[in-house]
Amino acid sequence: MPRPTDLPTPTPRSSSDDQVFWDGLAEDRLLLPRCTSCGSVFWHPRPFCPECSCTRIDWFAATGNGTIYSYSVTHKAPGNWGAHAPYVIAYVELDEGPRVMSNIVDADLDMLEVGLEVQAVFHAGADGGAVLRFTPSPG
Amino acid sequence: MSIRNAAHIAGVFEHPGRHLPDHTVPGIHFEVAAGALADAGMTFADVDGYFCAGDAPGFGGLSMAEHLGLTCRHIDSTETGGSSYLVHVQHAAEAIAAGHCSVALITLAGKPRTGGAQPGGSARGASPESSFEGLFGLNVVNGYAMAARRHMHEFGTTSEQLAEIKVAASTHAQHNPNAYLPNVVTVEDVVNSPLVADPLHRLDACVITDGGGALVVVSPEIAASLDRHTVPVLGSGLAIKTAGGRIDLTHTGAVWSGPAAFSEAGITPADIKYVSIYDSFTITVLQTIEDLGFCEKGDGGRFVMEGALQAPHGRLPFNTDGGGLCNNHPANRGGMTKVVEAVRQLRGEANPAVQVPDCSIALAHGTGGSLATRMGSATLILGRES
Ligand SMILES: [Zn+2]
Repeated sequence: MPRPTDLPTPTPRSSSDDQVFWDGLAEDRLLLPRCTSCGSVFWHPRPFCPECSCTRIDWFAATGNGTIYSYSVTHKAPGNWGAHAPYVIAYVELDEGPRVMSNIVDADLDMLEVGLEVQAVFHAGADGGAVLRFTPSPG
Repeated sequence: MSIRNAAHIAGVFEHPGRHLPDHTVPGIHFEVAAGALADAGMTFADVDGYFCAGDAPGFGGLSMAEHLGLTCRHIDSTETGGSSYLVHVQHAAEAIAAGHCSVALITLAGKPRTGGAQPGGSARGASPESSFEGLFGLNVVNGYAMAARRHMHEFGTTSEQLAEIKVAASTHAQHNPNAYLPNVVTVEDVVNSPLVADPLHRLDACVITDGGGALVVVSPEIAASLDRHTVPVLGSGLAIKTAGGRIDLTHTGAVWSGPAAFSEAGITPADIKYVSIYDSFTITVLQTIEDLGFCEKGDGGRFVMEGALQAPHGRLPFNTDGGGLCNNHPANRGGMTKVVEAVRQLRGEANPAVQVPDCSIALAHGTGGSLATRMGSATLILGRES
């Protein structure tokens, strides 16, 4: 079950183009799209391959492991995120290849660095569904 | 088809206001249009092509052409964020070369300081990527901060080096009576200003200002008939850089738009006397200077040291109006003022303390969208009437 969080976490807006992805998160699974034609693991999820336009897409369970490609400890922010500063926004490079935008949570801010190993966590949306975030890997 | 020498910039105008609570956005579009046409020695009746971007209210070009009383046989509302107005110059030159118009008017206006507009441009409904980027507290600053962090990681760039860029802009802004931030700052001032999104400080960012600007682009025949010094468009390049799960935060679309523009103009970076570089943040300038080929990739931090960017005698004088970092960033879109200051330099009409001697070839570069996601880059190379 996705776990509750204090961070702003509205239920993601899904569509028929990406429903498989969101349904996976709601079951604590990170499902990624892979093109059956060229093998590309692409981001963001959509029902066709942006590399070769093929419409036959496989969804597979990713490890949920990755490393920080870049990040920013955000001290001031507009809107409802302002009250949650400092918070960490990041691009995580998944072990499967794609670099995805997310947050790093439950982290010692002084330990953050590019290249740090992280793993997926699943945060419950306010009205159902789940959001993909990451936390430093143990050890 | 090349647009080299196919069109001239005959009129430019930058709204002097930075805080305009009593103006309307359509009213600012009118004021800047009138200003640029007057600068060219022309009138609204001469315009037969109109160009605007996402800042134009209502139905965009249709609403504004009617509001301004234009009779047009060509219209273009290309939207690439803050770089749109450089794209418009290229498109105007193409349209003029094709015979689709002969006097193109380009306008920008907005009120992010007093009008409540959101940074980043127009709302056209949810984008396909929004569910994958809208849940994490992404904003303009922390997006660029991630680009800066990665550049520091790969190349050893420092906050002090980024600060040199703000310092150079501030030394120019002190000579501009309209500058929003007219005071000279030091490297210490920048790195000691509050961290907004690590590693970017408040003074690494551009200003937020009301205002606008406009350009008039005309055929060479019309340029020859005007009393005003006009500026030929020598080359242009456009590029779209997308994220797509493979994003590289250490370069911009200038790696493609720059070579295209230099090639069309038949020159190299060494020929450039002055540059207007899009400066939403210090890191935007640093990456763009590298990508345009003024130094090796990764050497931008060393390149900007020791006053390299300071006019009139630095190695690469930049943004002599004070840029978006200190002078003006109307409607959160800095492309228009980049072209305006380049034209001032080529006409010898920059503020005297920062006028580059014998400024014969200038480059203006725009960055739209975000370094952190997807962007539209546009490079123009402008010359002097022979
Ligand atoms: Zn494919």
